Amino acid sequence: MTIHASRRDVLKGGGALVVSFSFTGVVSETLAQEAKPLALTEVDSFLAINAAGEVTLYSGKVDLGTGVATALPQIVADELDVPLSRIKLIQGDTTLTPDQGPTWGSLSVQIGGMQLRNAAATAKAALLEEAAKRLDAKKEDLKVVDGVVSAGNKRLSYGELIGGKRFALTLDHAKPAATKDPKDYKFVGKPVPRVDIPDKVAGRFTYMQDFRVPGMLHGRVIRPAAIGATLENVDESSIKDVAGVVKVVREGNFLGVVAESEWGAIKAAQQLKASWSKSQTLPDAAKLWDEVRASKVVKDEVTSNIGNTAEVMGQANAKTLKATYDFAIHTHGSVGPSCAVAEFKDGKLTSWSASQATHSLRKQLAMMFGIPADSVRCIYIEGSGCYGRNGHEDAAADAALLAKAVGRPVRVQWSRADEHGWDPKGPPTLIDLRAAVDSGGAVTAWESEFFIPQQTAGSFNVPLVAATLAGMPAGDDIAPGNIFQNSAIPYKFANVKTVCRRLASTPFRPSWIRTPGRMQNTYANESFIDELAAAANADPVEFRLKYLDPNDKRGVEVLNRAAALAKWDKRSSPRRDQQGDVAAGRGVAYCKYELTRTYIAAVAEVEVKRSTGDIRVTKFYLAHDCGQIINPDGVRNQLDGNVIQTLSRTLIEELKYDRSAVTSLDWASYPILQFPQIPELVYDLIDRPNERPWGAGEPSAAVVPAAISNAVFDAIGARLRSVPFTPDKVLAATKGAA
Amino acid sequence: MAQRKSLNVNGKAVRITIDDPDMPLLYALRDNLQLHGPRFGCGLAQCGACTVHVNGKAVRSCVTPLSSLTAQQKVVTLEGLGTPERLHPVQRAFIDEQAVQCGYCINGMIMESAAFLARTKKPTEAQVKDALANNLCRCGTHARIVKAVMRAAGA
Repeated sequence: MTIHASRRDVLKGGGALVVSFSFTGVVSETLAQEAKPLALTEVDSFLAINAAGEVTLYSGKVDLGTGVATALPQIVADELDVPLSRIKLIQGDTTLTPDQGPTWGSLSVQIGGMQLRNAAATAKAALLEEAAKRLDAKKEDLKVVDGVVSAGNKRLSYGELIGGKRFALTLDHAKPAATKDPKDYKFVGKPVPRVDIPDKVAGRFTYMQDFRVPGMLHGRVIRPAAIGATLENVDESSIKDVAGVVKVVREGNFLGVVAESEWGAIKAAQQLKASWSKSQTLPDAAKLWDEVRASKVVKDEVTSNIGNTAEVMGQANAKTLKATYDFAIHTHGSVGPSCAVAEFKDGKLTSWSASQATHSLRKQLAMMFGIPADSVRCIYIEGSGCYGRNGHEDAAADAALLAKAVGRPVRVQWSRADEHGWDPKGPPTLIDLRAAVDSGGAVTAWESEFFIPQQTAGSFNVPLVAATLAGMPAGDDIAPGNIFQNSAIPYKFANVKTVCRRLASTPFRPSWIRTPGRMQNTYANESFIDELAAAANADPVEFRLKYLDPNDKRGVEVLNRAAALAKWDKRSSPRRDQQGDVAAGRGVAYCKYELTRTYIAAVAEVEVKRSTGDIRVTKFYLAHDCGQIINPDGVRNQLDGNVIQTLSRTLIEELKYDRSAVTSLDWASYPILQFPQIPELVYDLIDRPNERPWGAGEPSAAVVPAAISNAVFDAIGARLRSVPFTPDKVLAATKGAA
Repeated sequence: MAQRKSLNVNGKAVRITIDDPDMPLLYALRDNLQLHGPRFGCGLAQCGACTVHVNGKAVRSCVTPLSSLTAQQKVVTLEGLGTPERLHPVQRAFIDEQAVQCGYCINGMIMESAAFLARTKKPTEAQVKDALANNLCRCGTHARIVKAVMRAAGA
């Protein structure tokens, strides 16, 4: 399966269709009938089979480097009984693919894959129906092998049965069609090699950053020197010696250059003299957490409320524990800065980008330019991994603005500083926790408050930088994502109250970074429960098991299996038997993702150098239950990604800024984990072929920070309540614990 | 001022037209020669995504001015490391270990490792990690990349 050849082929077809619309001016009925269905309730929205029996899948969920371009065809190949090699996948094209929602939240297989499975099962039932008629056979006597239906020695291929025609069948995803018995799967559950890897290792893959269209120019943006600054003056003579400059584009506070060559655009952007007003809108970084705590609360969102915590906490003889946790502001940190190409033609905009949400981007671009959404086509092309809403959409807006200004297609490639400085950020998270325990150490009440930015109701449109700077319609949504998730806890204490204090504002334009909220909230919850276990002198695994719902068997199993995998040393923390400079420890963390799906438990083993505060994570164990596994090798690859990226976030990462702007604009000032710091990774994948599949792309990130924090506590008796766990924080915590 | 520049890329003599003799090699490869192997990651020699070989040595093409290169120096990119029919052992090993997530950094990982293995025949895992310490991966593919390089080394 060569996805790229196929994508181009189909794009040609789709493109021709659009051109025919624009030529006629009005959409005639015949042409309208030709437009590809996009509704989630139609089989034809998701798949087509041509006369040669080749299957084309249309997926609104896209491969962000996670392997779903392999996993989704695996699901369909089994359900349709066709070889994998006969399936092509079209991703994230607003003209061709249904709007299955953004590619986020570990839902590509869980939601997107199941919609495709339903479409394939429905299509197959219809194909068998038709074959039974034409072969004059009973449906139950039919056999299907590799897309060929046979009854005795009579055969009909899918191509002959449907070849190029519409299925015209409706789908109800709430009541999906009967699907295959998992024991008959040939592809699902197998480590099918990824389709994109051969091209990627040979330099034959076309990433967004490689994509070119004829007549294309190169654009670069020059962002304000300070967030909120006004563009005062631009001296175009400062770039008169740069060859091939086409235009300096100034629109309000948006500034960009367009040039014939990429290097010309880079030089022009670097050399262009522009003056900006002073602006100091950011808090003093040293007082960030005071600022967060003092932020205006617009709403208290109670995410769980059991019993009466206030009453228990208020009792005169109650023994209470309190702690405050914080998690720094983080960037997405894609290795390839965002890139997009845009073309305006006859009032219509075509936008190519690596957006994880082309259907929402389309609406945002339409709003920005004041044109109808059906005048905008957004096409996904895989870029560098994004790990949430990074700068891809903003680069798309930059490219569109510049393309409109010069009347030719423009490619915008962000610089490293653009990406580090201007991608939306994972907001700062501050969490207060309190618990009451009885004389035996048993927990009687749990209270928590999460200080997190508000989420505009019903909208996940992170305002586009170019629109905001240019004074074009940008909306004023605040969209950090569903960061309330996993603020509530899986433990059955008699009294629990968890509250998200939604803040009116947060220092930087927020968005979701991988495992948004679930990572930060689980860090606090799973560290604090460890504090309670330590206070009770209990083993941290046993302590958790004591409070998990015994009827939630999969949760109990995942925790037990992580402990078994790590040969968990049953005792309370901290260990007090180590004298030397380097102390070893182990910590556990558990999470039921969003309290509704994927179960994960982790054990981290660490070594802490007391004299320097350096933490080395030596081994990381995970037990993982995401239900039916589509591709076990794909899941393992994702677990690697979750653990290593979150290890990096936990140990090292923190956005740096002054009162005006981000100052950590490169990898030297915002370092990430490097090869010598990678631990040994050991997994226990629990496959449940007869259960529905759940996400694996982000849940396991949730348990990483707490597992490490708890392991450090086990080693040296110091509790790390602030991410990242820098050496100076370790030293300070050690002092505090002594 | 447009001028011609001669280079040797993937075994072929090529002539390109450039405006700036100090343009980094990366843009000549990507824009003039339309190669997709070397990638723009930072332009600061911090991430390694742009790595190519010059006379067998791994260099960061994003900070290598064309003026520093002669037509005799052999530039090899990911495309020229092996052939589609006969992949370089490191490329083969990356497929065998499925050592890719988004793959944006993988050009650098393969080019850096190939140059490293050419001078270090039987490396330890720690040596491989050190050799790749300045190549950044954000997806967290590190463990598989190390396995792939060890496999290519025949270890």
